[in-house]
Amino acid sequence: MKTVTLTVKQAPELYLECENITPDTFAGKKADEIAQLPAYQGKEDTTLGEYFTIAGEAGATAAETQIILKGDCSKMKYIGIKMTAGEVIVNSSTDMYTGGWMKGGKIVVKGDVHSFCGLGMEGGEFLIEGNAGNYLGASYRGDWRGMQGGIIRVKGNVGSDVCTFMNGGELIVEGNADVHIATHAEGGRIVIKGDVNRRVGGQMVKGEVIVFGKIGLMMPGFKYIKDVDLEVDGTKARFAEHIGDLGERHPTRKGEPVYGKIFLKK
Amino acid sequence: MPKVVTDVTCPFCGTLCDDLEVTVSDDNKKILSVRNACAIGAEKFNHTSLPGRVTRPRMRQPDGTFKEISYDEAIDWTANMLVKSKKTLMYGWASTSCQAMSVGHEIAEKVGGVVDNCATVCHGSSLIAIQDVGIPSCTLGEVKNRADRVIFWGCNPAHAHPRHMSRYSIFPRGFFTVKGHKGRKIYCIDCRYTDTARCADKFIQVQQGYDYELLNAFRTAARGEALPDSIGGVPKEKIYEIVAELKEGRFGVIFFGMGLTHSLGRNHNIDIAISFTRDMNDWMKFSIIAMRGHWNVTGSGQVLSWQYGFPYAVDLSRRTKARYQTGETTSVDLLVRNEVEACFNIATDPGAHFPIDAVVSMSKKPTVTVDPHINMSTEISDIHIPVAMVGVETGGCAYRMDNVPIETRKVVDAPDGMLTDVELLTKINARVDQLMGAQ
Amino acid sequence: MAEYLIKNGHVFDPVQHIKGDKKDIAVKDGKIVETSALSPAAKQIDAKGKSVMAGAMEIHAHVAGPKVNLGRWFRPEDKLFDSHKTPGMTRIEGGKSIPTVFKTGYEYARMGYTFAMEAAMPPLYARHVHEEIHDTPIIDEAALPVFGNNWFMLEYLKNHEIENNAAYVAWILNQTKGYGIKVVNPGGTEAWAWGLNCLSVNDPVPYFDITPAEIITGLIETNEYLGLPHSIHIHGNNLGNPGCYQTTLDTLKLAEGFKAKNNFGRKQVMHQTHLQFHAYGGDNWGNFESKAKEVMDYVNKQDNLTIDTGNVTLDETTTMTADGPFEHHLGGLNHLKWANVDVELETAAGVVPYIYSPDIKVCAIQWAIGLELALYAKDPMRCFITTDHPNAGPFTRYPRIIKWLMSKKARDAQIKAFKYSDKVVAATNIASMDREITLYELAAMTRAGPAASLGLSKDYGGLKPGMNADIAIYNINPDKMPSDPEEIEKAFSGVAYLFKDGKICVKDGTVVDNGNKRTFWVDVKVKANKQVAHDVKEKFLKYYSLNEANYSVPDSYAPHPYVIAVDATQ
Repeated sequence: MKTVTLTVKQAPELYLECENITPDTFAGKKADEIAQLPAYQGKEDTTLGEYFTIAGEAGATAAETQIILKGDCSKMKYIGIKMTAGEVIVNSSTDMYTGGWMKGGKIVVKGDVHSFCGLGMEGGEFLIEGNAGNYLGASYRGDWRGMQGGIIRVKGNVGSDVCTFMNGGELIVEGNADVHIATHAEGGRIVIKGDVNRRVGGQMVKGEVIVFGKIGLMMPGFKYIKDVDLEVDGTKARFAEHIGDLGERHPTRKGEPVYGKIFLKK
Repeated sequence: MPKVVTDVTCPFCGTLCDDLEVTVSDDNKKILSVRNACAIGAEKFNHTSLPGRVTRPRMRQPDGTFKEISYDEAIDWTANMLVKSKKTLMYGWASTSCQAMSVGHEIAEKVGGVVDNCATVCHGSSLIAIQDVGIPSCTLGEVKNRADRVIFWGCNPAHAHPRHMSRYSIFPRGFFTVKGHKGRKIYCIDCRYTDTARCADKFIQVQQGYDYELLNAFRTAARGEALPDSIGGVPKEKIYEIVAELKEGRFGVIFFGMGLTHSLGRNHNIDIAISFTRDMNDWMKFSIIAMRGHWNVTGSGQVLSWQYGFPYAVDLSRRTKARYQTGETTSVDLLVRNEVEACFNIATDPGAHFPIDAVVSMSKKPTVTVDPHINMSTEISDIHIPVAMVGVETGGCAYRMDNVPIETRKVVDAPDGMLTDVELLTKINARVDQLMGAQ
Repeated sequence: MAEYLIKNGHVFDPVQHIKGDKKDIAVKDGKIVETSALSPAAKQIDAKGKSVMAGAMEIHAHVAGPKVNLGRWFRPEDKLFDSHKTPGMTRIEGGKSIPTVFKTGYEYARMGYTFAMEAAMPPLYARHVHEEIHDTPIIDEAALPVFGNNWFMLEYLKNHEIENNAAYVAWILNQTKGYGIKVVNPGGTEAWAWGLNCLSVNDPVPYFDITPAEIITGLIETNEYLGLPHSIHIHGNNLGNPGCYQTTLDTLKLAEGFKAKNNFGRKQVMHQTHLQFHAYGGDNWGNFESKAKEVMDYVNKQDNLTIDTGNVTLDETTTMTADGPFEHHLGGLNHLKWANVDVELETAAGVVPYIYSPDIKVCAIQWAIGLELALYAKDPMRCFITTDHPNAGPFTRYPRIIKWLMSKKARDAQIKAFKYSDKVVAATNIASMDREITLYELAAMTRAGPAASLGLSKDYGGLKPGMNADIAIYNINPDKMPSDPEEIEKAFSGVAYLFKDGKICVKDGTVVDNGNKRTFWVDVKVKANKQVAHDVKEKFLKYYSLNEANYSVPDSYAPHPYVIAVDATQ
């Protein structure tokens, strides 16, 4: 793996659109070519080189490319979007759309991420060491195809609208979550080790949400079925299994409806 | 002799009544009286002759006072601001004509603006919900002619859309509804007992912030599943009772407003109300209609949609593409995050409606406000450009809350020398071309 | 105005029966003229090795209006990563299945189209349709107001009051600046206002107690009574259901015995649109099969019918139609977002996204049916190519459909790529059909034929001197047809030149001029009719939600009108 290091040299006046900071775009390029790659602030067309000092060179392919970002990237948007392979490591917080539509590879953010991160994720690994804003792992507005695959792990808390329209993949949150978790989900798995405010699994068709802490109020459309023993992310515990959302449609398998499930640790 | 102008469309709220009769002085300069309008609509017309009407642009001075400037100076300053700014919020549009919006969009595409309208603090939540789950709906005449189950959920037309109930939703006798309100069952669901609730057969009080859960319960009940004893303060027996009553009807409709769009969950509340509506179509005919506020916010949504594909929060700042993400390209977020460099307000009052953090942010940026009146936005702007009142002093197309397009008329002349929105924007567009051509 | 001499092109013009001969075409003052009429200053356009046809005419697409726009704004994902600006005199374009108005105009023009008919205009929303038509660049447009579920019409035709119905139709065309009589799911969409439907031509409409058959024949009589340029344009009952071909034949048979009466050269009394959706056999999705042959056997025999295909393009797209109950049904099948609007006294509309996947057997059979219809057509002047945009696919796929029609090799490659190829072949006839549509036939199916069907054949659809200079020049050489079918698709994707009203608007696929598009509409004069005037006044007072005085579309919405005057007063 070859490494390209970008160090912030000036903060953008507004926010910098960094859709070109991905292993796929950097692949095969040297530092000076990378510096010439476009970046944007509104109608201003600029380059990565105006805002970052760039050292190293990329690998021949995305898979062989590692990108390290140093300095304060909290006003950089779109880092790692649509990447298929390789690694991106950010040493600060990032702004919106980090890891959006990623298909593979690994992103590590050593800070918080803003909203709309991991949108429509299809594969790969996304590690957030701080907190995440809203719409983590959600679908793009209007799209019924949300997160398809891959794994997102958050060490801190997440906001609202988490994994809306989730179809597949996994999200693990070590901290707490706010409202509207797995709304409209049709697959996938979410694990929340902390507490959830409310509205878990609203309009859920299929999928699983596992909560270790408390849920402020269970949706009326979820019905307690039985207690089960599960091993979740290395921890064994007893959970109360709920099926639902009973206000929503559900597919059938062999004539029996297949429900979404909420497991609440006892 | 004064003359009476009939079939006038009222430019105030989304009910867009088009049966007003306005009596105008024979020199066409003064409105003498207005018939058929509600109190709010009548006042809109009476505004034209308020004393102290501003008829020329004003520019803020270093000492905070305002000094009159010419339209040309204002246009030049505005064009320079737009050309210089990397990303400009161009907000409002909800009280002007579709023709004016079209010119405004041309400017935005050239200078890199984000075009947003009042939905951003109003029914944007509804638009988001419709983008996620669609919407079974109908025109207001269908409600008049067919509806026998009418639900007002989180809205108060008695105050906000005063003639709605008499023109469309409760009282009219239509083709299949000859008994008027006596043949309808009216429900009002709200966290407080309103004047609209007074007109309802049943009032259901829901705990504030629990509408999503309550609607989930309605859906669950409609599918014959079990419920907890009480949801949002509403006993389950009540829910089963109402669902059964609805199913005995032929045509149901839900009208909803800020009670759903602005309580916890926002778009999710409307989303689930729409899902409930969709479910009910398995048993009877059921529709849902958003009680749009401004008289042409719907029109702004329509023009933005056919030109760029999105109904509000349209980010044209890259000038080569249109992008949309509510929560990112919406006005309040752009202002609070300081993601724009300049602001252009037209045909609404963000100073009065936006959260204070957003207003403070706007006040620190170069800002131009186009509005017939002095309002909260003008007082934090660098330049206030007054224009003729659309729907009163100049006409143009508007869209009602059910998306029906109705023409507004010119009823009376604007004060001498005033420009209309279309004229002003056309001149700004031309000046922008000059400045950008010179670059 | 500019003069042009298009030299040495291979001309395909069914109006003059020119089948690819090298011929020069002269343009002056917006018209096609004899070459001798040009001055020496005429600009020469080198069309050597290229094919020259009249501008193509889209006879049925949903491109302007309330349900189109609802489709746009309720599908932001249709524009994700798609909005863009292309070089040329262009605004921002976007929308894969439902293009924005700018993209609509440019994309049609880039493919050589100069006219599009908005397929369904709800009269109450006519102003909206015209606002969008106004904002759509380059191409001329018209819109068809819908009548098949209109309360006035239902009442008049129940009593067979043709003269009254005709007066009302004339009034609507005038109020809405409409082009003709569109019929969608006759009676069924009024039934849908109560959640019901009419699935056969004999199912009576609730309360109004008239059958679709009576509606259809009544509207044919009305149309011929008025002598309109176009015939009734019908989307029949029972669209999209296995076995629906029977209903289609029942519908088509209602035209038997009627003769076209008009001064526009129109010969058909019924135009059946997007026939692909109406040519299904079997009785469930399992035994779903093509009945294209049975339907076309009938159509081929009846020369008072025209049809358009409604070809499936195998894309993710958006369905939208005034067949409200069908959209509800479709939303129930694919569980995707469903939008519906019932329009008081007039009609309804539904919108649902849909994915025609080559891995789904039914979608592949639908694809085959659309092509079979064209390949079975004996008279290309009566069978037109459409996708019922965006219902069966975006109109931007026309070059791909042309490729499939002109190349058996391309069809075979697609059939082989289907996941359930064997089942598709068993349920259809496509694999055994060798016919390849020729360029001359294509010109009939996309130009001369639609023009004749619309009553515009005097000035449009051909390259005869005197006709309007709407001309498309394609980079395809009939003497050296490409062996790779992909080259066919490429050639039709971007014209070498598009002339609109004698002005070059597109050059090498790039928009160089926005032209001066016009709104076509039909202004019918009828005798003053007291009954209809009274009924209009009464219904506005009692049942509509707005005033009669605010219903009509002012002239300012069609600033460049092309008005076809019809005198039906005798």
